[in-house]
Amino acid sequence: MIPLFFSKVGRGTLTFLELIGRACLMLWIALSGKPHRKLFPLFIQQIFQLGILSLPIILTSGLFIGMVLSFQGYYVLVDYAAEQSLGSLSALSLLRELGPVVAALLFAGRAGSSLTAEIGLMQSTEQIASMEMMAVSPYKRVIAPRLLAGIVTLPMLTLLFNVMAIWGGYLIGVNWLGVDGGAYWSVMQGSVDYLPDVMNGVLKSIVFAIIITWVALYNGYYTIPTAQGISNSTTKTVVIASLLVLAMDFVLTALMFGA
Amino acid sequence: MNTLNHLVIKQLSFSRNQRLLFDKLDFQFERGKITAILGPSGIGKTTLLKLIGGQLPVDSGEIIFDNQAIHNCSEKVRYQARQKMGMLFQSGALFNDLSVFENVAFPLREHFNLDESLLRTLVLMKLESVGLRGAKDLKPAELSGGMARRVALARAIALDPELIMYDEPFTGQDPISMNVLLKLVKQLNTSLGLTSIIVSHDVNEVLSIADNVYVLAEQRIIASGSVESIFNQTDNALLQQFLLGESDGPVPFHFKAPEFLHDLQEVNR
Repeated sequence: MIPLFFSKVGRGTLTFLELIGRACLMLWIALSGKPHRKLFPLFIQQIFQLGILSLPIILTSGLFIGMVLSFQGYYVLVDYAAEQSLGSLSALSLLRELGPVVAALLFAGRAGSSLTAEIGLMQSTEQIASMEMMAVSPYKRVIAPRLLAGIVTLPMLTLLFNVMAIWGGYLIGVNWLGVDGGAYWSVMQGSVDYLPDVMNGVLKSIVFAIIITWVALYNGYYTIPTAQGISNSTTKTVVIASLLVLAMDFVLTALMFGA
Repeated sequence: MNTLNHLVIKQLSFSRNQRLLFDKLDFQFERGKITAILGPSGIGKTTLLKLIGGQLPVDSGEIIFDNQAIHNCSEKVRYQARQKMGMLFQSGALFNDLSVFENVAFPLREHFNLDESLLRTLVLMKLESVGLRGAKDLKPAELSGGMARRVALARAIALDPELIMYDEPFTGQDPISMNVLLKLVKQLNTSLGLTSIIVSHDVNEVLSIADNVYVLAEQRIIASGSVESIFNQTDNALLQQFLLGESDGPVPFHFKAPEFLHDLQEVNR
């Protein structure tokens, strides 16, 4: 019984280390050495795929989350006659936490799953293998542009999410619930600092982008090339990337604001 | 090494998921000839092509292509060797988002900075050689299975390789498409002087165009030589069963199981 337990733990550890090794190797080969000659056009194409096509869900979600936040915030603040601080509450919670985390979770669901499915399908239809046989590195041709595009795209999407959410908060707080518009903006302006609030949020979203894109690309590239395999890999991408984002958010928040 | 041999494989062993596929096998592929590799499904024929292309690492043994060892070479040497190889995948492996023209142009665009008019000429020549110049603007989804394989063939010869590997090229083809493909494989081999390796289990079709044959079964080569010599090995029961497609013989019809009566009694108990 006990030897069996240790054998299982040992095998699990080895599998995990192998996975980490393969993932790091994939990242290293994709980003090191001479870049692919058409990296820039491929990168732009992926900016469109991952960024522009994610805009509808990011902007709509941002708007609704800002509106809900404003509602909830108002009914708490009004008890203490502090409803004029609604702008500050919305902006700080969005810039520091909600913006980067919710945008990252949405990005994992929309772009991460699509990356895994796309590359998984390329594996199952032997497109990746055929690229290798044509002496074209799939790491440089397929992985690198998607990885770089993901890292650039998510921080921009997060900023747009924040803008929409703050505007949504304004619509509800000022136009519906009657908070003074001037107070909404001025209190926000007074309480939000560029470096600790805005830039820390951007930094978080860059880390989240690396995590999500890396997980998505790895799961797609090393998928079991069957319909069931691709489906499992896509689900795995969303689940693992989301959990890693939440865990990393805790670590980053502790590092940025804990000291 | 005999210079007649374009590709030589020595003492190749390979296992996957703790299952031995090849046990110290030797192959010699003559330059400019068509060599068929036959064997039942699941024997590892496609794996052999992947080992030759360096997509899988060998467990032991040597693979020597054009007098250069490619089984343990650097990534750079492997990629240089692959530029001299073409491969036709079973599924065609065309890029779905690119047109037929762009699929064939893909390897040329990737490796050379060609002038657009020269590139167009080259691609049209390759498409003409497989009879699909008129389909250049179609997407892979608009092609029939046979047409997709012909486009994939045009792409496989786009870099003017010295060696071309065909992975089950005739599977699932109607008689017309099959004859077209057979004719093309033979024609390309002769006109371009290619060394061709065809992996298949369509015995009669492949043997009608092959010069040499290897027959694989049970992790080993059960027969090899010219097409005529293969048919003369009447004492080889396993080979004869495979060539004649007999349902029972050394490869039994029934999967290993306990006595039938025993199983029936189990049900009734």
